[in-house]
Amino acid sequence: MAYALQQLINGISLGMIYGLIAVGYTMVYGIIGMINFAHGDVFMVGAFVSLIALLLLQLGGVMDGTAAILLMLLFSVAVTALYGWTTERIAYRPLRGSFRLAPLISAIGLSIVLQNFVQVSQGARVKPVEAVLSGGVEVFREGDFAVQLSYMQMLIVGTTLAALAAFTVLVTRTPLGRAMRACEQDRKMAALLGIDTDRTISLTFVIGAALAAVAGTMYLLRYGVIDFYIGFLAGVKAFTAAVLGGIGSLPGAVLGGLLIGLIETFWSAYFSVQYKDVAAFSILVLTLIFMPTGLLGRQEVEKV
Amino acid sequence: MNPAAALRDAGLAALVAFGLFAPLVGLRTDVSPTGGLFLRTRWTDVAILCGLVFAGRFLLSLWTGRRGLRPTAGPTPWTARLERLSTFVAPALLGLALVLPFIPGVERYELDIGILVLTYVMLGWGLNIVVGLAGLLDLGYVAFYAIGAYAYALLATTFGLSFWVCLPLAGILAAFWGVLLGFPVLRLRGDYLAIVTLAFGEIIRVVLINWTSLTGGPNGISGIPRPSFFGLPFDASGDPGTFAGFFGLEPSPWHRVVFLYYLILALALLTNWVTIRLRRQPLGRAWEALREDEIACRALGINVTTTKLSAFALGAMFGGFAGAFFATRQAFISPESFTFIESAIILAIVVLGGLGSQVGVAIAALVMIGGFELFRNLEEWRMLVFGAAMVVIMVLRPRGLVGTRTPTVALGQKRAISGDLVSEGHG
Amino acid sequence: MRTDDRPERRDMILEVAGLTMRFGGLTAVDAVSFVAHRGDITALIGPNGAGKTTVFNCITGFYRPSDGAIRLHVPGALPVELHALAGHEIARAGVARSFQNIRLFPGMTALENLLIAQHNTLMAASGWGIGAVLGLSRYPRAEREAIEKARRWLDATRLIERADDPAGALPYGAQRRLEIARAMCTDPSLLCLDEPAAGLNPRESDELAQLLLSIRASGTSILLIEHDMGVVMRISDKVVVLDHGKLIAADAPAAVRADPRVIAAYLGQDEPEDTAA
Repeated sequence: MAYALQQLINGISLGMIYGLIAVGYTMVYGIIGMINFAHGDVFMVGAFVSLIALLLLQLGGVMDGTAAILLMLLFSVAVTALYGWTTERIAYRPLRGSFRLAPLISAIGLSIVLQNFVQVSQGARVKPVEAVLSGGVEVFREGDFAVQLSYMQMLIVGTTLAALAAFTVLVTRTPLGRAMRACEQDRKMAALLGIDTDRTISLTFVIGAALAAVAGTMYLLRYGVIDFYIGFLAGVKAFTAAVLGGIGSLPGAVLGGLLIGLIETFWSAYFSVQYKDVAAFSILVLTLIFMPTGLLGRQEVEKV
Repeated sequence: MNPAAALRDAGLAALVAFGLFAPLVGLRTDVSPTGGLFLRTRWTDVAILCGLVFAGRFLLSLWTGRRGLRPTAGPTPWTARLERLSTFVAPALLGLALVLPFIPGVERYELDIGILVLTYVMLGWGLNIVVGLAGLLDLGYVAFYAIGAYAYALLATTFGLSFWVCLPLAGILAAFWGVLLGFPVLRLRGDYLAIVTLAFGEIIRVVLINWTSLTGGPNGISGIPRPSFFGLPFDASGDPGTFAGFFGLEPSPWHRVVFLYYLILALALLTNWVTIRLRRQPLGRAWEALREDEIACRALGINVTTTKLSAFALGAMFGGFAGAFFATRQAFISPESFTFIESAIILAIVVLGGLGSQVGVAIAALVMIGGFELFRNLEEWRMLVFGAAMVVIMVLRPRGLVGTRTPTVALGQKRAISGDLVSEGHG
Repeated sequence: MRTDDRPERRDMILEVAGLTMRFGGLTAVDAVSFVAHRGDITALIGPNGAGKTTVFNCITGFYRPSDGAIRLHVPGALPVELHALAGHEIARAGVARSFQNIRLFPGMTALENLLIAQHNTLMAASGWGIGAVLGLSRYPRAEREAIEKARRWLDATRLIERADDPAGALPYGAQRRLEIARAMCTDPSLLCLDEPAAGLNPRESDELAQLLLSIRASGTSILLIEHDMGVVMRISDKVVVLDHGKLIAADAPAAVRADPRVIAAYLGQDEPEDTAA
């Protein structure tokens, strides 16, 4: 029982990270109908940038945990957002139109570029880092097994919720959010009504990248070790989460992320660690076969 | 575009470049002897990169004006010239391929590259059936390559069957898996189909790594029998029962390599021949009609599901053949050779070829794989350049190199159809 | 137009019985029942949003009806329950259609479009792919015959000059005609046309009317959705009127034209008024 509770806690914090990345996928798919293949690698860049920020802060003598984390987040979000913006301008915007295969190949090429760029500039070895925030609270105890809720996990959940709340306010209350939703519904019409669709789409990518940066920072702090390949795996799982929740639905992305995090954690705890990635992929396949619109997605009727 | 505006563009670009490169290039994390991380600064590298971006963007703005690089599709002056030569290109390439081993100066290394290129040409032609003709987006093609390779390896090592028996079996098994995997997912829309096929590819790779008892796990399968010349082994001994002994030649590893070369050439040409024949048959036309408009196909009585499955299965079969060849050539296979990147490269070859064109795919494979080999000395930069090349090529030619489609039948003259009219498919 | 319209003399080709289609909470088609007779041109009209294309899509297998039945009557055999068939099986049963937004194969020539329509015949003749690849002798002859049939229809629709042109490059009127020619190449017993006159100028509408009359003369029954009343009144043997998903009239054109309920539906009046013809 205690073991299960621990897995639950672990799964939720992992799931929040996936959820943040999934929101980026679902936003981009909603607005330009494209799967941003390189999004997972933007998350990876975010993790690396926050690593560098952390080292800079340690050099600069900033020892306070929460201040350091806040500065890391700001730095990572700023730089990663720039990466998100640049990727859209270079690899996707020229191909916006009726091309279907080219943007996909371009995105895959971009993913290769980002992975290898980080590999070449930072070295191929894994990067371990000491825990910034350690310790936690004992939540439950069953005999010898203590269920730990670490401060790190609380931070992850808290930060993620804050980021998602800010994001929701953005989408529902601001003109930008309205413009994004308009472009999602009917881009041509939005343009005819005077919305700068290019800028709106750019900002969608930027916001997605910002959220991915937050996820990257959380990932770094949670796992303490990153390498240039984490983007691919996290990307596929986050995409699975987005599909599971219903692609195009923002709450669905978060819900999907939580589910994937929980399933992955419970699977590796109770069945096998080796096949945990297969669990995520299999869920993706089953969801698409039996529930293509996902849990919270919209039913699409094709007009003949 | 006037130089002042170009300068401003370049300045902005350099600024963005600084923001991108300063953190990741300027500050490198290295592992210190004590195991912790420290930062190394490389500001000169950042300065060089920003300078390059500045200069590049300046020149680009001057040359192309405000718009920058723009995608073109359909025939352009360049491709039109290529089309005029196209009647010569295909026979020329074929001729070159046929005599390659006998050209003076072609050594083991060049022939190995030739084998590699031809393998990818065959894989490209196989995937072309699925993506180029039928318009189905398959991101997990490497799965069939792997199934063919492992099937051959297991059949050959466990039952000792010869290559010529194992080859069709590997193909049939791959086709069977193609039907099995395709059946539940072929009604999905394009992007979803892509992701599901990607997931399948990864699932198979993870299973190959972990099902050690069957597949040998990460160590793979070794000791796969080498090919023989229809029963005559390529032995170094020179005995009468070997290839060299039978033909009265000096034994040399060169013979086996040449044999492998002609073997993959034959397999690739088989793929090509079947595809060209089928294009003129109702099945091939149905594939292309599927790509153009699936709903109209249904309204004409075409069973869309079986048509899609046939494309999938046939593509899988040729992938399986290629896998069997790969296994016998390497004598050793492991899951590392069957990653997602391989699927992506094969798909890029097909997309770069353009409009389901066979010649296009061949040229694309030559350019991409040959180019990749040529840049051997770039080492760790090679993949980075490769990825960047993929992006640039797609932005410049989103529909691929070939600009037109040739109809399979005509009352009068067959006239090429512009690529703008040809559909990419919607899954 | 037919003068003898005693129903028991003419057989039915299509029977729609209590057809209902619901999308979520919206009932697009509500218990619609009508009959189309063999050898007739039956028009389905009604204001926009009346449910005409929905009925069409149910008949041709693109929607599965929520309720009701659609039967195709085949001489000498049991009626075919169309509502239970998969999309492509309906075409094989002899029901062909055209689309409101033209759905040709744009990257293929007009001739190729017509050959694809004959896919099933050609597939059977080719030994399902394998035989033809290996060069079985039946296939070349079957293909020649298919090309001949295509040629005849290209002639009938005045497209023979453009046989080798890509369908996507044809002018609008030619594309409409090509779609009809393609549907006819499937040798249907019932041809369903969704607004074939949309976007055509008066001369082209005239030519379309002639084409449809000649198709009827050759023995194929026609069911069409149309807004162009000129075409409808001129060539239809029977007119079925829908409004807000319900059937409000099904009769000869002249009777329908004078029906006060029909007039009210189109003009949006609350009370049916006495009208001069």
